[in-house]
Amino acid sequence: MSLRTPLARARGLGIGHHGTHHWWAERLSALALVPLVPWFAISLARLTGADHATVVAWLGRPLNTVLTLLLIGALFHHAQHGVQVVIEDYVHSHARKLAAQLAVKAATAVFGVAAAFAVLKVALGG
Amino acid sequence: MVEFALPKNSKIREGKTWAAPAGARRVRTFRVYRWSPDDDANPRVDTFHVDLDGCGPMVLDALIKIKTEIDPTLTFRRSCREGVCGSCAMNIDGTNTLACTKYTDEVKGDVKVYPLPHMEVVKDLVPDLNHAYAQLASIEPWLKTDTPAPDRERLQSPEDRKKLDGLYECILCFSCSASCPSYWWNGSRYLGPAVLLQAYRWIADSRDERTGERLDQLEDPFRLYRCHTILNCTKTCPKGLNPAKVIGELKMLMMQRQG
Repeated sequence: MSLRTPLARARGLGIGHHGTHHWWAERLSALALVPLVPWFAISLARLTGADHATVVAWLGRPLNTVLTLLLIGALFHHAQHGVQVVIEDYVHSHARKLAAQLAVKAATAVFGVAAAFAVLKVALGG
Repeated sequence: MVEFALPKNSKIREGKTWAAPAGARRVRTFRVYRWSPDDDANPRVDTFHVDLDGCGPMVLDALIKIKTEIDPTLTFRRSCREGVCGSCAMNIDGTNTLACTKYTDEVKGDVKVYPLPHMEVVKDLVPDLNHAYAQLASIEPWLKTDTPAPDRERLQSPEDRKKLDGLYECILCFSCSASCPSYWWNGSRYLGPAVLLQAYRWIADSRDERTGERLDQLEDPFRLYRCHTILNCTKTCPKGLNPAKVIGELKMLMMQRQG
């Protein structure tokens, strides 16, 4: 039982001095995904049944390389921001919240860099 | 983690049933949540068969009839009985609303009456609103100025006064906050739609001089940004207000002052 006053509990640890930036970044990355995801999906659909060389040639075209890299950046950035909010919503123990946030940041960083590396390797003919 | 299941001592059991008086012609069934802090019993749902002849048309009228004629231990808040005090906010037929402005006829089948969801219960239909009131106090809902007070009224143009429409009508019944999943999961830190609407009411007031300071107090991932535009608040508001739109305005102002 806590004998703190309701006002002390409502004020808690005070304001976090951030939030707007995160909110905006999430929307900005969502906005970037609006054209990028359909473009990528349609492109993949068109490549259905194509052989390996055709797909490599497609990805190697400068425009396709750049757009795919942008897609990867926006996608993993957006995923990290989005999952962070979900964790903040539902995980309340500080230790578990921190562990989950670190895991998500690590996973999105590793997968994002790996995806970008794979695209560059194909595009630059590694 | 968030608790999705009720703890054992909160599982709701079937309660008592009160039959309608003999000869009753217009009987409606009310299923009412009951819990008392005075014993260790789990909450229960009592069934009251109420003769609506000689009873007013609102759910509150039926509750008062139950308390007067059937079970005087039934506990609920009410005062103005005309939708301006906000005391009788409760969950009726699955929606948070005011018992005094909700017609019994609007409800199909049994009339289910529960306290506001996810609030601690004091007794029966009375929720503990201490935290919500403290959150309201924390946003300092009064006019704040640094310019010395004028010798007369503080003037406001009709256009500026219009900006308070849709805000000043809020009666602080907390139906909206109690309908918001974000407030359920994070009510300790998220201010909730009712209090955010009040915060905006002072930010939008042309006479107030501490707008920036008020916005500073909302620059927080929990106080403001737990709102995920679920819109339950707007759907449930018994006064027809739009707290979700107001929260959107707050986010726009936060953006506007960034660049």
